[in-house]
Amino acid sequence: MTTTKKQLHRIDLIFKNEQDCKEILRNALARSNQEVINEMVNSGLKGRGGAGFPTGLKWKLTAEQKVDEKFVICNADEGEPGTFKDREILTRVPHKVLSGMAVCAKIIGARKGYIYLRGEYKFLVPNLKKELRRFHDILDELGLDFRVEIFMGSGAYICGEESALFESMEGKRGEPRNKPPFPTEIGYLNKPTVINNVETLAHSYTILKYGAKKFRELGVKDSRGSKVFSVSGDTPIPGIYELELGMSVQDFVDDFGDGDTKAVQVGGASGFLVPRKRFGKTSIGYQGKLTGISLPTGGSMMIFNSSRSMYNVLNNYLDFFEEESCGQCTPCRVGCQQLLKGIKAVKRGEKPASYLDKLLKLTDTMKLTAKCGLGQSVANSFSSIVENFREEMIY
Amino acid sequence: MSNMVNLTINGIAVSVEEGKTILEAAEKLHIKIPTLCYHKDLCVAGNCRVCVVEQVGNNKLVASCAMPVSEGMEINTNTLKVRNCRKHIIELLLTEHNEECTKCYRNGHCELQELAAEYQITNQDFIDLVPDKSYTVDRISPAIEKDDSKCIRCQRCVRTCAEIQSVGAIAVAHKGSEMKISTVFDRALDEVVCTNCGQCIVHCPTGALTEKSYVEKVWDAIADPETHVVVQTAPAVRIGLGEELGFDPGTRVTGKMVSALRRLGFDSVLDTDFTADLTIMEEGTELLTRLKRALVEDDPDVALPMATSCSPGWVKYIEHKYPEYLPNLSTCKSPQQMFGALAKTYYAKKIKVDPQNIVSVSIMPCTAKKYEANRPEMKDSGYKDVDFVLTTRELAVMIRQAGIEFEKLNDESFDSMMGTGSGAAVIFGATGGVMEAALRTAYEIVTGREVPFENLEILPVRGLNGVKEVSIKIEGTLDDWKFLEGVELKCAITNGLENAHQLMDNIKNGDRFYHFIEIMACPGGCLGGGGQPYPVDNDVRLKRMQAIYNEDSDLAIRKSHENPEIVQIYKDFLEEPLSHKSHKLLHTTYVKREQY
Repeated sequence: MTTTKKQLHRIDLIFKNEQDCKEILRNALARSNQEVINEMVNSGLKGRGGAGFPTGLKWKLTAEQKVDEKFVICNADEGEPGTFKDREILTRVPHKVLSGMAVCAKIIGARKGYIYLRGEYKFLVPNLKKELRRFHDILDELGLDFRVEIFMGSGAYICGEESALFESMEGKRGEPRNKPPFPTEIGYLNKPTVINNVETLAHSYTILKYGAKKFRELGVKDSRGSKVFSVSGDTPIPGIYELELGMSVQDFVDDFGDGDTKAVQVGGASGFLVPRKRFGKTSIGYQGKLTGISLPTGGSMMIFNSSRSMYNVLNNYLDFFEEESCGQCTPCRVGCQQLLKGIKAVKRGEKPASYLDKLLKLTDTMKLTAKCGLGQSVANSFSSIVENFREEMIY
Repeated sequence: MSNMVNLTINGIAVSVEEGKTILEAAEKLHIKIPTLCYHKDLCVAGNCRVCVVEQVGNNKLVASCAMPVSEGMEINTNTLKVRNCRKHIIELLLTEHNEECTKCYRNGHCELQELAAEYQITNQDFIDLVPDKSYTVDRISPAIEKDDSKCIRCQRCVRTCAEIQSVGAIAVAHKGSEMKISTVFDRALDEVVCTNCGQCIVHCPTGALTEKSYVEKVWDAIADPETHVVVQTAPAVRIGLGEELGFDPGTRVTGKMVSALRRLGFDSVLDTDFTADLTIMEEGTELLTRLKRALVEDDPDVALPMATSCSPGWVKYIEHKYPEYLPNLSTCKSPQQMFGALAKTYYAKKIKVDPQNIVSVSIMPCTAKKYEANRPEMKDSGYKDVDFVLTTRELAVMIRQAGIEFEKLNDESFDSMMGTGSGAAVIFGATGGVMEAALRTAYEIVTGREVPFENLEILPVRGLNGVKEVSIKIEGTLDDWKFLEGVELKCAITNGLENAHQLMDNIKNGDRFYHFIEIMACPGGCLGGGGQPYPVDNDVRLKRMQAIYNEDSDLAIRKSHENPEIVQIYKDFLEEPLSHKSHKLLHTTYVKREQY
């Protein structure tokens, strides 16, 4: 790391040890629903699971549904390879997540909430249960009729997809539903449901405490606030960091790389690989469209140095997708198998190098036609790796 | 009236009701969008993705079967993007699919094959995935075969089994590349709750689910000069067969079918309608006996409602799901099995052929009949009562193989003796038919008068509704039946096992009381059976239904007890309904089975 380079601004909001959740809740619950929704909308907070849907709008749309029963669900099925920040949030500041759920519940009119917890995070349960008891006491004190339960996932990656998550909670096979309708109208048990990522809910606590204005001061246009990153790979300082959105990959690499960074995978296996030559031109955040210039992420930042084979990296991702596709839709189920077998065949010389172009066209089809985000996003890592490291795929 | 939504498809304006899908709107414009996982009978899955279309302003393609229309929507179904994607999807499906089309049972009747031909998938260069798959073929059941290598995972069978039939014998197992349609613990279909109804076959777009074929065995029997091959044909075959042989749905081909069966070489061409009439005599008497025990003798053990037992899919369903109601099931065998038992006893004696030289074949709209014929209970003649059961589709195969130009055939009549059926027997092929036939006879036995419905048509029991109810007040009874005077006979009719499930739950919960219920496993009754031609939907079912009722109203004899052959068999052989001989040959027992 060059000493002339200014270190990225480390934010300390989410993990800040704040034990004032009763006051925050009391204040938030005292405000009108419209006021809180406006606060959320003005903050510019977008879903931190990676898809980036505006949180305030999600709450608003659900609040508008005239249905008696609604739900708030915290999506803690953190399954994206290279992502481990929700685990940390739930370990260190679960009360902030729960506070976010409670405020959301009040606004939309839900009496029941669930934390859909990744199967592998079972070890968090005793602590979460203790926290829940404490939190329910606070709700009783504040007179809010709302209860949160933990629902254990069983280890399927696809169940992190919101509609597959509902199916799983309903005791069915975890398969994504057709959209529309969206969860704001028809979610868990076919009732309007707000489903937010763990981090999103924790951020809502920050917004309620410090106000939308303070949150908006962080980040850049379209990408407001801070974000918790899970940094892994070839880095001397792996771990969890809260940083401002909008940073360039170059700045990130300067801070976290080992001096020999070849590429960064932004957004896990379903995200994009950014090669060295594009570090300066790529920033982290949400733009209206996926341009490759601004990349969203659920928080996973995997750093690869020059010792890494990009073929092995891609092979690893495709192995993952081939197994974790739910299998219901053709482009995803068969497409993943074809991509995996295809790169192997090219590597072994059983297929010509030009077969990679056929596979790239296939990923276009997958992106256009797959039923859910999983199948649509396989194209991201595939095309960004194959296009930038074509020679590594062949030789 | 619901709101109308305006949109354009390929630049053509169309207005459809709110909530309709793009696919339905396109249908209105006669624009065909290919589909595989979509079926009108089933809930929308949206998983094959073959029906994707372009929506202006949406950077993804949308599945037209699942996407509701919205105001101002602009859809294009035939852009380069759409065509390329569709072609990719068909290619992908083919790489997972055993492409030995010429060796496939569904060759020529396969929706995937049709699409591949339509999109000219000729230079497939994706990698063939089949060699690395451990596909299994289940040929254990006597009725249904399941070949996973032909499966395209559209889940039409899964939805059929769950939604229409409430059975759930097949479901999706595993995920990703391992995802497959399976049974509990991957057991054979014959070892699970499967009712053999064959609705999965009728709804399968490929050769993954098929009937077990006995065509070759029947050809062997016909070719053997030592055997006398007797064939019976169920009521619903005569109104379904034509669809396989170039006629429109709802065409009655009874006479041509008889003529074709003779040309195929069957020695006796007889009619299941005869034993349908016999069923009415036996089952009607059984019902009246049960009512007498309940009403006169106050017998607490008499099981009411009495349920029909003609549908072997329903019989196996109740054995699995409601075994506590087995005493309610009529002890009558189904018409097929009554026929089988008589063919090797009464009929053998009449034609002076040693029953061990008789091969008894039945043509059924049904796959569960194949299972039924193989039940250990079905050997009361001293032999296997029915040797081979063919579906309507299999009969069509034989007719084509024999080079018979079906549409040119003249009409012929069934052989006499066990070859005559009344109109009441014909309507067994439609849901409500057994009930209507039973009422036509029972009411007349009890009162000496015809049922009080115009032209004997008991309209409330007809149609495709899930649960139909009818109650008839019995008045002016004859002396023997005074105990029924003023009784309101309550009946219910269902078709499809999901409806049966609801009816049974209503009975179980005490929400409803009936004296007599008719249950058919398949939607529409036998006319919509698992052995009938594909494709099928409610339009086709209604046409077949109309054909059945036309067949009935054209017959001179429309009441089972007036069938002269029925009168004769009781005189010559059976003596009277529920006689000792009847009990031995025409009645059966049931067994409790596992829940899963």
